[in-house]
This record gives sequence, C-alpha cells and structure tokens, in this order.
Amino acid sequence: MNGLLEFAIGFAQFCFVLAMVFAAYRLLRGPSAQDRVLALDTFYVNGMLTLLMLGIRSATTVFFDIALLIALFGFVGSVALAKFLLRGEVIEP
Amino acid sequence: MNLETLPAWAALPAAMLLVLGGLFTVIGSFGLIRLREFFQRMHGPSMGNTLGTGCVLIASVLVSSALAARPVVHELPITVFVVTTAPMTAMLLMRAAVHRSKALKNRR
Repeated sequence: MNGLLEFAIGFAQFCFVLAMVFAAYRLLRGPSAQDRVLALDTFYVNGMLTLLMLGIRSATTVFFDIALLIALFGFVGSVALAKFLLRGEVIEP
Repeated sequence: MNLETLPAWAALPAAMLLVLGGLFTVIGSFGLIRLREFFQRMHGPSMGNTLGTGCVLIASVLVSSALAARPVVHELPITVFVVTTAPMTAMLLMRAAVHRSKALKNRR
C-alpha cells in the first residue's frame, strides 16, 4: 500500500519532467512568438507541479508557498507577454 | 506520522489522482509538439494543465489532511488561482494570435 503512493509520486514526477521537455522543445523551436509564450506558460505550470510533488514527498509546507509564488509570477509574466504581443506595450498610459 | 504509515483510504485515491494528473499533463504537453499550427496547439496545454493541476492539488490536500489528522486546505488557494487564471491567459494569447495573424495577412 505504501509503495503505491511512492510509485505514483515518482510516476507523476517523471510525467511532469517529460512535459517540461516537450514545452522546452516548443520554447526553443516555436515558429512564432505566441508559440513561445504558450510554451513558457506550460513550462512554469509543470515546474510548479514538480515542486508540489517534492512537497508531498517530503511532507513539509514550505513548498506550497513557493508553488503559490511561482503560479502568481508566472501568471503575471504570461499576461504581460500576451499584452505586449497584442498591443506592443505592456502598461498603457 | 509520515508517508510510510499513511492510511489506505487516503493513499489509494491520492495515488490514483497523481497518476491521472501526470497522464493528463503529459498528454496536454505532448499536444504542444504534435499539433500543426498555433490555434490547434492552444488547446492541449490549457486543458491538460488545468486538469492535471486540479488532480494533483486534490491529491495533495488528501495526503496532508491524512498526515495532520485534520482537514488541511492549505493548497486550495493554488487550485483556485490556477483554475481561474489559466483561461484568462489562454484568452489573451488567443486574442494576440488572432490580431497578429490578421496584421500579417494585411501586410502581404
């Protein structure tokens, strides 16, 4: 029973790292700018999930605060990049 | 109490949710490299990541509640935040892509 949760955590971590590799491929390759922004968005969400896996495995609560911060700053960064692509300016006067 | 002595009622659903969330996320991100153009590529990560994050965070709530022997909703803000902001990012990016492709077409 207890090996099951360990296995599930390892499997999920492997999946997230694989997803990060896919996102990094699109980030480096991506033909247009919006592809790269989308890939960056996927990349930070997967990084946050990997961090959450570490938090579950080590049973401490520090990781959740870091994950919340990553989610917050990642969202702000993605919105700023999308706004820049849309208007050519991030903060309009 | 640590992960080794977690009761079965928490360990079993948590393991299932983790495997499911990992699969959702990896399929969603695989769409990023498999699909042809941007408007198709948009769908994969925004759906897979939201579902995967939801599954993982519910599993995390289960595990930490079972470890502390009381309801712990410490992770709920992350869930709410990710679930509400992922569609906003997708919508903004979509509008930017439509705008840019229109501008590109007009220039030709």
